[in-house]
Amino acid sequence: MRYSGWKVIKEALTGHRGWGPAWRDATPKPAYDYIIIGGGGHGLATAYYLAKQFKQANIAVLEKGWIGGGNVGRNTTIIRSNYLLDGNEPFYEFSLKLWEGLEQELNYNAMVSQRGILNLIHSDAQRDAFTRRGNAMILNGADAELLSTKQILARYPFLNVNDARFPIKGGLAQHRGGTVRHDAVAWGYARGADQHGVDIIQNCEVTGFRIENGTVKGVETSRGFIGAKKVAACVAGSSSRLMEKAGMRLPIESHVLQAFVSEGLKPVLPGVITFGAGHFYCSQSDKGGLVFGGDIDGYNSYAQRGNLPVIEDVAEGGMAIFPMLGRARLLRMWGGIMDMSMDGSPIIDRTHIDGLYFNGGWCYGGFKATPASGFAYAHLLATDRPHDTATAYRFDRFAKGRMIDEKGMGNQPNLH
Amino acid sequence: MIINHPLLGPRDAAEFVYKGDAALIHRPDGMAPDALEKFIDYGYLRDNPAGEHRELWFHEQGDRSWLVVTRNTLTHEITSVELARDVARREGRSK
Ligand SMILES: Cc1cc2nc3c(=O)[nH]c(=O)nc-3n(C[C@H](O)[C@H](O)[C@H](O)COP(=O)(O)OP(=O)(O)OC[C@H]3O[C@@H](n4cnc5c(N)ncnc54)[C@H](O)[C@@H]3O)c2cc1C
Repeated sequence: MRYSGWKVIKEALTGHRGWGPAWRDATPKPAYDYIIIGGGGHGLATAYYLAKQFKQANIAVLEKGWIGGGNVGRNTTIIRSNYLLDGNEPFYEFSLKLWEGLEQELNYNAMVSQRGILNLIHSDAQRDAFTRRGNAMILNGADAELLSTKQILARYPFLNVNDARFPIKGGLAQHRGGTVRHDAVAWGYARGADQHGVDIIQNCEVTGFRIENGTVKGVETSRGFIGAKKVAACVAGSSSRLMEKAGMRLPIESHVLQAFVSEGLKPVLPGVITFGAGHFYCSQSDKGGLVFGGDIDGYNSYAQRGNLPVIEDVAEGGMAIFPMLGRARLLRMWGGIMDMSMDGSPIIDRTHIDGLYFNGGWCYGGFKATPASGFAYAHLLATDRPHDTATAYRFDRFAKGRMIDEKGMGNQPNLH
Repeated sequence: MIINHPLLGPRDAAEFVYKGDAALIHRPDGMAPDALEKFIDYGYLRDNPAGEHRELWFHEQGDRSWLVVTRNTLTHEITSVELARDVARREGRSK
């Protein structure tokens, strides 16, 4: 079924009886050509592009809970391509371009809103760093603009630019950045994948791999064994737990990241603002809630909830530059489990086991990567070669000293 | 989270800096023939378990001692806290 304005009007006039489910609730077949483990944004996007773009068939997505229940439904929905390093920037710019055409591609309203993102500058050193980053973005075909404090105040008059510790001295803006309705991304890709014949199988947890002579033959699941020629892991925060079942140890730690939403307000915040020095970022959802967050809690966790010190830290950061926040009441807060890699960058690669592939290590920035991650992973699965924009996302980069460490923090996952 | 410091008693976890898996106490021998492989492992690969985890916490805003904390990563419950020094000695690290 195609969605359109006419369809909405027709359904409104006929009592909304013609809307079918957006995807089939499939039951597992005994075997598939491709099994994708994890029905988050990346797994569903992978299945969609594998079927649509790379014309593969006989594909299943196995999800242990329900699709969209993981990080794709827990993130703060920011998209951007403001990276510095060669291994990253072309990939994230490719992703942003895919976001720009996503709703037409999927015939699904994902509320892609290019309202712009602004990274605040507080010192000369930071201005130098952001100038360099902006130049790297422009060299890679992205957009970037350095703004003065005056230009910033014209759009965001409520900012406290005179904070004693972190006075606002300017900012790096990416006007094509913004937000996307995260749930709709999962649902849109699920519907698109389903329309191209992909089986989306929920409540089906992968509990082990069947590996014979170094080749994967299929997966053990809570719904029995399912055979497969190629198995593609794509489980974000659960990466280590899953790959351990294939005997692998990963360059990843799982950490909890919290997010917060205020009560609904009238429009007050037209774009996305990040205050990196104070561990705070914020946007306003279309429902009116201020959506904000800060740093990860910093210790290994699978608990999907965080602790109070970070909440205090985020609130303090917010109040420092954004004093009006103090008038809003907090409505909800939650946590998600991040697959923090050793250099802060992801992995999309084969493993040493034939037919077993891995996608993970997205840290707290994998939502914006969803379209490109799916595309690049599908490319790897279908052709056994990495996509042009994802050649650096290899397992062996750690051993070879080719880390992609945007922040220059070294192998301390909780600092990326 | 409250960490029951063996010398100072219960302290807010926010006073500490988290330093990762306590297996890092066992730095490989740099002179061993397989040192390269061992250091890649040591530097980059982690068990990252869901459940009980032994980990290093550094009391940066306190007495600057290093602790080995045993904590459940599914519930955040802390079941034991020891001085890293004692653990290292017991496991044959420091003389
Ligand atoms: C609070 C928060 C804020 C964030 N903010 C942003 C942001 O503003 N911008 C941004 O770009 N990124 C952000 N992120 C990061 C982003 O959400 C993640 O990097 C991204 O969603 C991860 O990919 P995914 O969507 O495929 O993961 P998920 O949605 O977590 O998908 C993984 C799926 O695998 C399933 N699974 C796990 N184990 C198994 C198994 N054994 N068998 C079957 N299925 C299994 C899980 O149930 C889950 O549904 C944020 C994350 C959080 C938690």
